[in-house]
Amino acid sequence: MDNQDNANIIKFFLENVLINDPSGYPKLVEDRLEVFRRNRISKPIIFIGITSSSVCAGALNVKTAIEEYIAENQLEIELVIIGSLGICSDEPMIDIHIPGKNRIVFRKVTPNDIQPILDGVLNKYLPLEMVLGQYRHKFHEPWQDVPYLDELPFFKEQNRLILANCGVIDPNSIFDYMARGGYRALAKAIRNHTYEDICSMVEQSGLRGRGGGGYPTGTKWRKALQVSTDQRYMICNADESDPGAFVYRLLMESDPHRIIEGLIIGAYAINASKAFIYTRNSNRLTVERLERAIEQAYEVGLLGHNILDSGFNIDIVIRKGPGAYVCGEETALIRSIEGKRGTPTDKPPYPTEQGLFGKPTVVNNVETIANISSIVLNGVDWYSSIGTDNSKGTKIFSISGKALNTCVVELTMGTPLSMILELCGGVGSGRKFKAMHLGGPSGFSVLPDELDVPIDFDKLKAAGLAIGSGGIQILDDSVCIIDMVKYFMYFIQKESCGKCIPCREGSRRMLEILQNISKRPQTENGHNTLERFKGVIHLESLAEVMRDTSLCGLGQTAPNPVLRSLKLFRDEYEEHIFDRKCQAGVCRDLRTFYIDIEKCTGCTACAKKCPTNAIIGTPRSPYFVVEDKCIGCGICEEVCKFSAVYFK
Amino acid sequence: MENRIEILLEKYSHSRRDSLIPILQDIQEEVGYLSEEAIVIVGKHLGIPTSKIFGLATFYNQFRFEPKGIHHIQVCHGTACHMLGVVSIIEIIEKRLKIKAGQTSRNGKYSLEVVTCIGACSQSPVISINGVYYSKLTAERIKQILEEIMGE
Repeated sequence: MDNQDNANIIKFFLENVLINDPSGYPKLVEDRLEVFRRNRISKPIIFIGITSSSVCAGALNVKTAIEEYIAENQLEIELVIIGSLGICSDEPMIDIHIPGKNRIVFRKVTPNDIQPILDGVLNKYLPLEMVLGQYRHKFHEPWQDVPYLDELPFFKEQNRLILANCGVIDPNSIFDYMARGGYRALAKAIRNHTYEDICSMVEQSGLRGRGGGGYPTGTKWRKALQVSTDQRYMICNADESDPGAFVYRLLMESDPHRIIEGLIIGAYAINASKAFIYTRNSNRLTVERLERAIEQAYEVGLLGHNILDSGFNIDIVIRKGPGAYVCGEETALIRSIEGKRGTPTDKPPYPTEQGLFGKPTVVNNVETIANISSIVLNGVDWYSSIGTDNSKGTKIFSISGKALNTCVVELTMGTPLSMILELCGGVGSGRKFKAMHLGGPSGFSVLPDELDVPIDFDKLKAAGLAIGSGGIQILDDSVCIIDMVKYFMYFIQKESCGKCIPCREGSRRMLEILQNISKRPQTENGHNTLERFKGVIHLESLAEVMRDTSLCGLGQTAPNPVLRSLKLFRDEYEEHIFDRKCQAGVCRDLRTFYIDIEKCTGCTACAKKCPTNAIIGTPRSPYFVVEDKCIGCGICEEVCKFSAVYFK
Repeated sequence: MENRIEILLEKYSHSRRDSLIPILQDIQEEVGYLSEEAIVIVGKHLGIPTSKIFGLATFYNQFRFEPKGIHHIQVCHGTACHMLGVVSIIEIIEKRLKIKAGQTSRNGKYSLEVVTCIGACSQSPVISINGVYYSKLTAERIKQILEEIMGE
């Protein structure tokens, strides 16, 4: 596309699409928009989902295979990059849209599948076993025997307001986003409303911060707006640092313009002329997509000096966080942008009074910002009709761990937690669902019989839980709770910034206590045992001290998984402490090895390597392990060539 | 190397403290790690004591002070990968390559880095070697992959 074309398209959008409150576009405009939406096509289009998770699953190889196929057969086919629908386990996915037929989605595609799929589809024959579903469209002919995407249980139960464009549009094209109603909210906000108006709108909509705290967003904005100053700052906290959470990554990679639009509206609402996006440097693809989105927004004139002829100036800068968990905390994040160590500071003063470079600053989470454009566009009444009394809108979750399907889902507030389990397909066959863990290293586990609690800030709080940032792990009976809690504590201990003592020292001591529980000392004498018990006795009081005296949320919430698991899985702790057994077989020190007499050939390899001479027998006949002597090091299992060694 | 850093710093001619992190990131991108000389040059450029810069750089996980190996292995240690047994994968790598997490081998061939989360939980356990991902690893598979890179 040359520059002249591009300028014409921009002109078309600015003059015909971003107009004041359209009740409907004229037919000519609508027709042209249908082309941009890729609903009216003249040649086949292949869509391929490229996100950081699908790249790991091999999407780039699939893309090369498609390009080769197109070149080899000299076909007139357009290849479009899209984001992710959220079904990460089924990646890589490709969509194919041939003129006259509905767009159809294929899952788990490998480079070898490209030839048969394309050969088939281009001749209107479908390899059905790889099809996920088809999009619904009133003018195109549907495929036979293919379910509609919106009829699949995975999509039917969701309320995809924010994820609407994810996996559908090209994240690298601002026109794709604008053709589907993008940036209309921004035009409306800037042309029809004052700063105050927007703050009131967001306040009345009942939107609450999605980062975990649930603070009303509109109120936060108003506080910053009311401070009289020459400069304010708006920051989008996109530092998704919870291990095992990938909500924001998916959102930013699949629909970056939604974040940019929300951020510009937010900056307008507090009259800030500079906004920052603080994301992770290690997420290369996210940074790349955001950078391109910002570049395009400048080109169209939605960023920069005097946007949309309103007299409002706004610049967005991406700051690539060099990786610190604590920088998810707003004051730490601000210090990191200032070029300092990311240590939190005391509150008050709150960032809305004295934030970045001492100026009033609003820090909002990505998901919060993603909500803004739909509130402005569709109005307060529409938004406040979704969800429950005190929690409006939707919440996005990423589900991983032992779940059958690793996925990202968006649910209306008020949906019970059990729906999450249903959507991810539960645990693998032959396994028993044990618990659901909300909110990562500072979150809580939920037992199967508590899953009827609705997703709602206040109701979850009343049940002693918290919504967290949206990362959910599904645990089955092969997961040892002590091992998981130990991992979380190891993580906190590693990421604690070291500024306040309760967090720095407390997390380390707590990790030691947990490690002692699952460690087998060389000699089990009285002293070791006593130490172990003493630690456990102190565990609870230590957790309380950390919760009450730590400076920031990191330390205050760090003991949550420990306290919660002590309450829910006391029997598992006791089993580790008293019986020295780990049911799940995860705690390596507590394993006892056995030799399968059917498989053992008596080769003596294990007996020679055993450091405690716990394996005895006669050569060429089965050996056996003396349980009392075994220290569970696992060397015998490693050296055995006949897989005769197993543990319980 | 000093030359390359000087060229990089031209971009940041009237900069203040808040450009420190982007500058260090650019240097690491260009050179692969932060050497002592690089930190001294940046200190002079911004007028910040080197101790402060070093304090900042050691705070964040991303910065490294040793050059990367020819084969740079990144292992994801997120919650999902942990549950699916990445710990034993790390052990195998450490044992085979005779380096610990965060180190570079003496011959400069291998380096191992444990990262918080790559974000591909559906593919766990995941590692990446020089940007190429290997997913759903098992003990056998990782041994095979290590054989391959060690044979080169």
